[in-house]
Amino acid sequence: MKTLVCVKRVPAPGARINLTPDEKAIDARHLSFTVSPHEECAVEEAIRLKEKHGGTVTVMTLGPADAEEQLRYALSVGADEAVLLATDGADWDPQATAAALTARIKEIEGSGAFDLILFGNESADSGGYQVGIRIAHALGRPVISGIKGLEVDDETVTARRETDSGSEVYRLSLPAVVAVKEGINLPRYPTLPGRLKAKKAEVISGPASASPGGLFMDRLFTPPEQKSVTNILGRGPEAAPAVVDLLEELGLM
Amino acid sequence: MSRVLVFVEDDDGVVTETSLQALTMAATIGKVEAVSVGTSGMGGWQIEHAMLTDYAPAAIGEALAQLVGAEMPAAVMAAGTERGNEVMAHLGALLDLPLAANITRVVQSGEDWKLTRVRWGGSLLEECTLTAAVKLATVALHSVEAAPQGTASPITVFTPELTDAHIMTRVIERVTLTEGITLTTAPVVVSGGRGVGSPEGFGVLEELAGLIGGAVGCSRVVTNSGWRPHSDQVGQTGTRVAPNLYIACGISGAIQHWVGMMASKTVLAINTDAEAPMVTKADYAVIGDLHPILNAIVAEVKSRKGST
Repeated sequence: MKTLVCVKRVPAPGARINLTPDEKAIDARHLSFTVSPHEECAVEEAIRLKEKHGGTVTVMTLGPADAEEQLRYALSVGADEAVLLATDGADWDPQATAAALTARIKEIEGSGAFDLILFGNESADSGGYQVGIRIAHALGRPVISGIKGLEVDDETVTARRETDSGSEVYRLSLPAVVAVKEGINLPRYPTLPGRLKAKKAEVISGPASASPGGLFMDRLFTPPEQKSVTNILGRGPEAAPAVVDLLEELGLM
Repeated sequence: MSRVLVFVEDDDGVVTETSLQALTMAATIGKVEAVSVGTSGMGGWQIEHAMLTDYAPAAIGEALAQLVGAEMPAAVMAAGTERGNEVMAHLGALLDLPLAANITRVVQSGEDWKLTRVRWGGSLLEECTLTAAVKLATVALHSVEAAPQGTASPITVFTPELTDAHIMTRVIERVTLTEGITLTTAPVVVSGGRGVGSPEGFGVLEELAGLIGGAVGCSRVVTNSGWRPHSDQVGQTGTRVAPNLYIACGISGAIQHWVGMMASKTVLAINTDAEAPMVTKADYAVIGDLHPILNAIVAEVKSRKGST
């Protein structure tokens, strides 16, 4: 079982989001970086599949040279190989990101195709909801998003998506592409031996091949605060009648 | 005016609230034509194919691509739901066109579209330019109020050419766990955070929700601690809710949680910390330990219900 997981380096936002003076990025001077939560689960899922079925886990990212940190995190929890497609740190649109990742995946697959390529459902920062689907089409593979449970046998992957009232099940033949969501598992923490191994591991690095996209970011801004006055109904259990008055007012009784 | 196709989703033949929002946003930029798989009650384009027996994202994307090829609209839009974003990503991949996910505003600027779209689930907004022969965009949930729709348009059936490959990714089994009120449809959500303290601590939240026809939600720390299933999580990586009343019990209000419930019409926070972001952003608040407060609310609701 050969699995590839694609991840993205994103800032771990604090309680307040500050922007850089050019309004093109989050001011990350006082922030640490992470992979998006959905992708953290994708890495964990790939490692669980390896533990169950054997095989290898490759992790890939497109991003600045510093994104090596996120690849080493994946190595520290059990990934075998890490590939960095280096950019100058600028914001790549989803089409360009997918094209660059596809080109690199095709190169790597010269020595054998990945059975499964995992993505997070959407990146935490830009939230485009599309890179995995674009890559699946470019590779001519079936794809399903929003997955919170998956099982693999020799020829197929069975994937479960939650709906409002329950779940729905999809079955895709391998090789396939699956975008997963947080909740599919609880990701493990790196162990000390894992960290040491990851520190020494080689990260295969090369430039990302650029192509034009059609979506251009002009600026970022924080949404205006809508209100500031909170009506304090009271302190402690004595506030209960006021709360129930509110429920009546809203027609919830 | 330029033609905008809007892929609409329906619930047993009734168009969904979020699709109505997408239609409303689309009407600000062009002449809207609804597209549905089977009947949506809206009229417009109706995609029909013997193989489309259940939701199949790649096949619906392919059908839309064929419809775009035949009709050459200026744009295709959909609601920024799980399915809307998924189908539109297939369409973008098939036509090699850019897709702007989760927009909150659109303005024509020459040949381009100037958009505002959500980042970080809504805690940050982005102004961007979309340059494409056919513009593709999804509309962020609850970013506009759905305008009332006029009478249904006449139906035009569109039959795409589909193969087994298109239909391979489709729902093969459906499991219904909850009947009736769900997190996204409940008029009131009673949600708990770290302050609830334990899985058992949710008992009183369940009781209150049961009394007032609500659903129980929770914050990310709660699911990460294994106190509640992930399907109960409200927030950026969980479910987006927009109830009439959101009762946040012991939730500090981290931005990742706030974006999942900021579309709620009224927010009541119950928290020991009067300075917590959830309390300062809420419409109403009760300060103090949530368990005695909720017990008192439950008792008060019961006594008023009993006396009427």
